[in-house]
Amino acid sequence: MTPDTRSRLARRSAAAGLCLMTILVAGPLAADPSGFLHPLGPIAEIQRTELVWATVAVMVAILPVLLGTPFIMWRYRRTNTKATYRPQWHFDTWLEVGMWGLPIVIVAFLGIWLAQATFRIDPYRTIDAKMAEELNIELAGPQVDMDVVGLDWKWLFLYPDQGVASMGEMVMPVGHPVAMRLTTDTVMQAFLVPRIGGQIYAMPRMATRLNLIADREGRTEAINTQYTGLGMSGQRAEVRAVSPGAYRSWISRAQEGPVLDDETYAIIAQSGSVADAREALGLDGTTPILFRLEATDIFDRVIDRYQNPEGVARDAQPGSPTYNLSSGVLPEADQ
Amino acid sequence: MNFPFGRLEWSDLKPVHLFTHEFSIDNLVGSGAAWMVVIGALAVAVLLTVMGRWGWLWREWLTSVDHKKIGIMYMVLGFVMFARGVAEGMAMRAHQTTALNGGVLSEEHWAELFSTHGTIMIFFVAMPFITGFMNYLIPLQIGARDMAFPVLNQISLGLTATGAALCMISLVVGKFQIGGWTAYPPFTGSTFDPGPGPDYWIWAIALSGFGSMFSGLNFSVTIYKMRAPGMTYMRMPVFVWTALCTSILLVFALPPLTVAAFMQALDRTLGFHFFTNDLGGNMMNYANLFWMFGHPEVYILVLPAYGIFSELTSTFAAKRLYGYTSLVLATMSISVISFCVWLHHFFTMGNSATINVAFGIATGIIAIPTGVKVYVWMATLWRGRIRMTTPMIYMTGFFMLFVIGGLSGMILANPAINWQVHNTQFIVAHFHNVLLPGLLFGVFAGIHIWFPKAFGFRLHETAGQVTAILWIVGFSLTFLPLYFVGLMGYPRRSSGFEDPALLPYMYLTLFGALLIGCALLGLIATLWISIRQRDKLAVPLGDPWDGRTLEWATPAPPPPWNFAVIPHIAERDAFAREKVDGKPFVQPPDYKDIHLPRNTSAGMIMFIATTAFGFGVTWWMWWLVILSVLVVVGWFFVTSFIEHDEVTIPAAEVRRHHNAWIEAISLATPVTRDHETDSRNRGLADTDMVVAS
Amino acid sequence: MSDTATTNENLHPGMNLGYSGDAEHAEVTVFGFWTFLMSDLVTFGIVFAIFATMKDATAGGPGPAEVTNLTSIAMQTALLLGSSFAFSWASLSMKYHDIIWRTLGWLAIAATSALGFLMLELYDFYHMIKEGAVPQRSGFLSALWALVGLHGLHVAGGLLWMAAMTGQILKFGLTDQIKSRITRMGLYWHFLDLVWVGIFSMVYLAGVA
Repeated sequence: MTPDTRSRLARRSAAAGLCLMTILVAGPLAADPSGFLHPLGPIAEIQRTELVWATVAVMVAILPVLLGTPFIMWRYRRTNTKATYRPQWHFDTWLEVGMWGLPIVIVAFLGIWLAQATFRIDPYRTIDAKMAEELNIELAGPQVDMDVVGLDWKWLFLYPDQGVASMGEMVMPVGHPVAMRLTTDTVMQAFLVPRIGGQIYAMPRMATRLNLIADREGRTEAINTQYTGLGMSGQRAEVRAVSPGAYRSWISRAQEGPVLDDETYAIIAQSGSVADAREALGLDGTTPILFRLEATDIFDRVIDRYQNPEGVARDAQPGSPTYNLSSGVLPEADQ
Repeated sequence: MNFPFGRLEWSDLKPVHLFTHEFSIDNLVGSGAAWMVVIGALAVAVLLTVMGRWGWLWREWLTSVDHKKIGIMYMVLGFVMFARGVAEGMAMRAHQTTALNGGVLSEEHWAELFSTHGTIMIFFVAMPFITGFMNYLIPLQIGARDMAFPVLNQISLGLTATGAALCMISLVVGKFQIGGWTAYPPFTGSTFDPGPGPDYWIWAIALSGFGSMFSGLNFSVTIYKMRAPGMTYMRMPVFVWTALCTSILLVFALPPLTVAAFMQALDRTLGFHFFTNDLGGNMMNYANLFWMFGHPEVYILVLPAYGIFSELTSTFAAKRLYGYTSLVLATMSISVISFCVWLHHFFTMGNSATINVAFGIATGIIAIPTGVKVYVWMATLWRGRIRMTTPMIYMTGFFMLFVIGGLSGMILANPAINWQVHNTQFIVAHFHNVLLPGLLFGVFAGIHIWFPKAFGFRLHETAGQVTAILWIVGFSLTFLPLYFVGLMGYPRRSSGFEDPALLPYMYLTLFGALLIGCALLGLIATLWISIRQRDKLAVPLGDPWDGRTLEWATPAPPPPWNFAVIPHIAERDAFAREKVDGKPFVQPPDYKDIHLPRNTSAGMIMFIATTAFGFGVTWWMWWLVILSVLVVVGWFFVTSFIEHDEVTIPAAEVRRHHNAWIEAISLATPVTRDHETDSRNRGLADTDMVVAS
Repeated sequence: MSDTATTNENLHPGMNLGYSGDAEHAEVTVFGFWTFLMSDLVTFGIVFAIFATMKDATAGGPGPAEVTNLTSIAMQTALLLGSSFAFSWASLSMKYHDIIWRTLGWLAIAATSALGFLMLELYDFYHMIKEGAVPQRSGFLSALWALVGLHGLHVAGGLLWMAAMTGQILKFGLTDQIKSRITRMGLYWHFLDLVWVGIFSMVYLAGVA
């Protein structure tokens, strides 16, 4: 390769690279909305803003490298005898100050930002009037308490106050804060609703918390991002942020569903998709499943299961290959 | 089936599956891979027998305690595993491209692939590569004859090979675990995966972990105690500094991993409750332990590569390294801070916001010295005379791509953003972005630089350049798109997707993966072409690149004793200074006898015994476990009664060898850098630096 | 390294190695052993940390008070510290006397004492098993067994090492290499004492307090 063809090649590949980058960047923004770049609520919106500003701030540090490297490589190529050559030069106080100073300043800025954002949208922080003010939104109504139980490979959403539960879909009223407690009745999972907020781990024997709010109507998905076995990639639930009216009618529709009693729970806790659970329960139609709740303490009893001083036998642990229905019934609530 | 096979059944032998199971692509790939291991092993055995090379292999390599040969064996081990890792990566990309509502592989096979790929690439590719470099270079660069503990060095290699061997065996007998390279319980606990997979992982990691810890110990003691006279700390080459920091990290960071692996083993094998769901087990402890190791590990891997980049910028820019002190300070601070950031691997565990913020800021702080390093290298290139050879192409690729990895790292350091991209393809893109340009490009550049030192001939330059470009383009196309896939919310390790919008990205990454496959072939082709043309590429005089550090002042390949006389060091880059002053290669006044440690089979015994141990625990063959423990303990017990004798190289032999080299140098004409990459370069450099100073 | 060759006499006065190159070599090996101990200390530190997080994870099973037999622990402590003390005498006699029997005698006392420690520990374990305080019972007991067991394994390994050292002294006499090995063994032995003090106070004393 002659230097001439080489530089032409370099120019062309640079142009091609630039085109490619444009397509790549444009993709997530233009495509069918998924991901937190298309937020449905203020929390994901803040996360997007943080992403943009972190990128801009770091660019200050890396642009000199991205632009300077090709320049230096070209300018100080060996064949360019006109360029200065200083083989013994190895220190300059002001350059040192700049080298250390620039990253320090940028990291200081980023540190302050990340602290502010982390405190502001901490998943454990209850979305109250004060937080709503900080997020610049109006609260349309009272908080909705929700319990989430991770199963292999679906989420069970419990609405204890409304006396309903759902699998394969989660509905939340726009403008109402949603306060979740999460646990699993199998291995560890991670709960994320990209367009609204998250994510938080759900772990057996423990309850974690997540507070979410949507400020516009729309649909998206809740996903499990932690690998939990063969059906993990299908563990998605449709999430709909709807008007309070639509939410109420969804609740009343759910109240007409089958009862989620201990026996039913043991069945749906088996490994499998929502469709599998539907089949196991002998229900017609397609996903999702809506339940009526009689007992509202299922979540606590799932946690209690693993605090049994006798331990939990393998065949009593949903998600284990040897799980069987008769031993897997949830323990009674200890009053 | 119990004694002697434990829980091993006929159906666990995977090569048989090709005939007993229904035919499918999935079965073909799985069983085919098992066959490849078997046939590959047989082919090597047959080849060695036909060529009558068993004795040679045993005497010259497997029992050698020469740090140079051990270093080369680490590299070979790394390459064999690398070929498997790349093949697995390509299979994964092929699966994911077809994974819109399905995919060519079964769910289980897919899960096994991402778990082995990660485990192998980190522990049995990256670790052997950097350990190999450190082995080869540390004694040469500090002016020592060998490591502080040569036998221990060989044992470390044996233990690393044990881990790799268990991974390979799992391909043929039974299966590997499917919980990713991090193997988080309780998913990998006996309740949810009673099979042999997690046990293979545990013992591969735990046993090779001991090897790595001993390597770190050996290297750090060597650097602290074995430096040539006058080689003060601030005169050490930057690579040695990075090696020192990596060694310290190895000594302190491996124990958490070993403890985690052993606790997991106790849970699985003896029914303990460290990480189980019930009876007070706590999986969060595992996450903490794993990442207390895992984060320093990132720097364990990347620091030596930084060292290589430092050496090569100043060599190929024909210029003194800018900001040596800054670089040393930056390296040291990175290794200290690397212990204070592990929690950023699970901002999503429900920690208090204050804790998340503290670790987020610590993570930001570690970017400061890293940034300084990049600027230091740029300043080194500034006003140099840059030769665009293969290592420099890798370096350029590293510069442009690594800063993007740094950008995504800073994004991830922010817990508020991390909650969104944690566990998605964004992470996959990020760590490949850091480890490929950061580590692998450094390793390949290093191979181009030091291969001639180790074998006496250069690697073919054009082939090397094409391969380097293939690596850079292949990497960019494969992994940069995954950032955007991650921002769209596609979880990592997920076998399939439902959003057709992802398809273009998937095709792009598949194309990139094919280029990476070509790049791997390019590496093999480069080696092949170079071996064929080794006479034309020979550089017996030892200094093909106008090098600056001590190892270039030896013939290529260096004699087993490295230096005829231990050099006295008067300043940093002493060899470069001597060349500028026009008086390198001075004849020493007199020679002394040299004592070298004798060959030993310790490493091989440990390798066989610990592999048997790991295999035995995995399959519950308790007799094998007891036997192998007895062999290990008994070996230490017995050898402690044998006095270690040494090989003595007589002074006359040293003199003859050294004189022959000096004479060849006096007859040769130094080549200018214009002829660096053609056949005139026999390894005697006419330095550019003379012209200007 | 070699430019400090003139100051060799300052290296390891405890071994009384004289002025040969062996002192230099001993410096390397002893330094290497210190590095190993640092790594081992991290290992113990982590197991301690895990124990601390699992202290309350008794899952309704036996707690610290039920599994602590303070009399036995006090005796174990005395035996282990006594063993360390005897080892110090072995080191001193190695330095000042070339009579191997004196060194061997002290080593024998150290070994017997440590053997007593191990016996008592095993006896405690036996009692715990009888009372159902097995490691499979709870996270707390898993951590307890792992921590105490890890230390016990170290002591057992040390005893094996001591047996090997005895044989080597008989075979080679107190050569410089043997002296260096005994010095390292001493570091190891005192280190295990230090860890035991941690176990004693953190696991047992804090447990019953």
